[in-house]
Amino acid sequence: MSAGRDVDPKLLELLVCPLTKTRLEYHRERQELVSRAARLAYPIRDGIPIMLSDEARELGEDE
Amino acid sequence: MNDISGPPLLFDRRAARQFRRRALSAGFPDFLNDVIGAEMADRLSEILRDFATVLIHRARPGSLVGKLRQARPASRFIISDVVSNADAELVIDEEALPFAPQSLDCIIWIMGLEQLNDIPGALIQIRRALRPDGVFLAAALAGDSLMELRYSFIAAESEMAGGVSPRISPFVDIREWGVLLQRAGFALTVADADRLTLRYADALALMRELKALGLSNPLVSRRRSLSRRDLIARVAAHYAERYADADDRIRATIEIVYLTGWAPHESQQQPLKPGSARQRLADALSTREIILKSND
Repeated sequence: MSAGRDVDPKLLELLVCPLTKTRLEYHRERQELVSRAARLAYPIRDGIPIMLSDEARELGEDE
Repeated sequence: MNDISGPPLLFDRRAARQFRRRALSAGFPDFLNDVIGAEMADRLSEILRDFATVLIHRARPGSLVGKLRQARPASRFIISDVVSNADAELVIDEEALPFAPQSLDCIIWIMGLEQLNDIPGALIQIRRALRPDGVFLAAALAGDSLMELRYSFIAAESEMAGGVSPRISPFVDIREWGVLLQRAGFALTVADADRLTLRYADALALMRELKALGLSNPLVSRRRSLSRRDLIARVAAHYAERYADADDRIRATIEIVYLTGWAPHESQQQPLKPGSARQRLADALSTREIILKSND
C-alpha cells in the first residue's frame, strides 16, 4: 500500500452522505467528499474515504 | 449526541471503535473470525448466482477476503471497517451507512451488529443498499454468549458491592434476529446459530482473549474506573467454582447467529393473495367442507 494512493472512482460512484443519503462531490485537491446537504466534508486519507460524521469537517460559510 | 426523545443509548460507539482499533493493531490471531469466515465462504459458495459488487464488512486481514476473491473472480469486492486498517478501502459508521440505494449485490457483515444501538435501523439501511435480489449474510454474537462471565460478575459484584453494574453486553436472542430481518423488509430470511464452547485456564485468560478480539464491553453504563483487582479475583473464583471442567479449565459459551436475508424481488417465491386459490382445501384433504356461519 503506497502513500498518497488514489481513491477508487468506482467506489465513489456508490457512496452517498451517511447522514442525508444525498450525493457527494469529490474534491480531488483537498481529498474530501463534500455533502452540501449536511454541510460536511468527509476526509479521504491515503485513498480511504472516512465516512464518519465525527471525523468530517464542517463547511465554511463561503464554501 | 443525546436525543432526549429517543430511547437511551446502550452502547458507546466511540469506545467500540476504540476496542476494534486496539484489537486490530495488536494483531492477535482471531480464531472467531476464522471460524466465521470459513462458514461465510461456504454459505456464499452455495449461492449460484453472480454478484457484481460485494461488500465485506469487518473482515480481518487475510482470512476470508482472499478465498472469496478466488471463488468469485468476476465480482468486485469492497472491504470496509469501522476503523482504518491494512485491508479496508472504506471506513463506515455502522449506524449511518454511506451507500447509495440499490448499489450493492451482496453484503457480508462479520460481527459487530450485536453492538449497535439501533439494530433495526441498521438492517433497514443495509436492505436499502442492496439491489433487488441482493443478499445479506451476517454473523453476530447472540443469545447465551458469555453467560458464564455475566453470571460470575453478577455474583461477585453483588457479594462485594451489594449491587451490580452491567459488565457484559446483552445479546439478541436467535429467534429475535429472524424477526428483526423480516421487519427490516428482507425476504427469504434464515437465522441459525452455532454454539461453541471455549476453554481457558481461568476467567482472566478469557477476559484477555475478549480484549484481544475487540469484544470488550462498550456499554454506555459500564463503570469506567478500572475493574478492581479484588473484584476480578472474585469473578475468577466464582467462574472456577461454577463453570470448570474436571481438569480445572473453565468453559465459555459463544453463540454465533448466522443471518441470511434477500432484498425482495419478483422472481422470489411469493405468498399468494388471499382468496386466489384454485382448489378447495377440503378436496386436498379428502374431507367434507363445513361452511361456518359468518358473524355479520
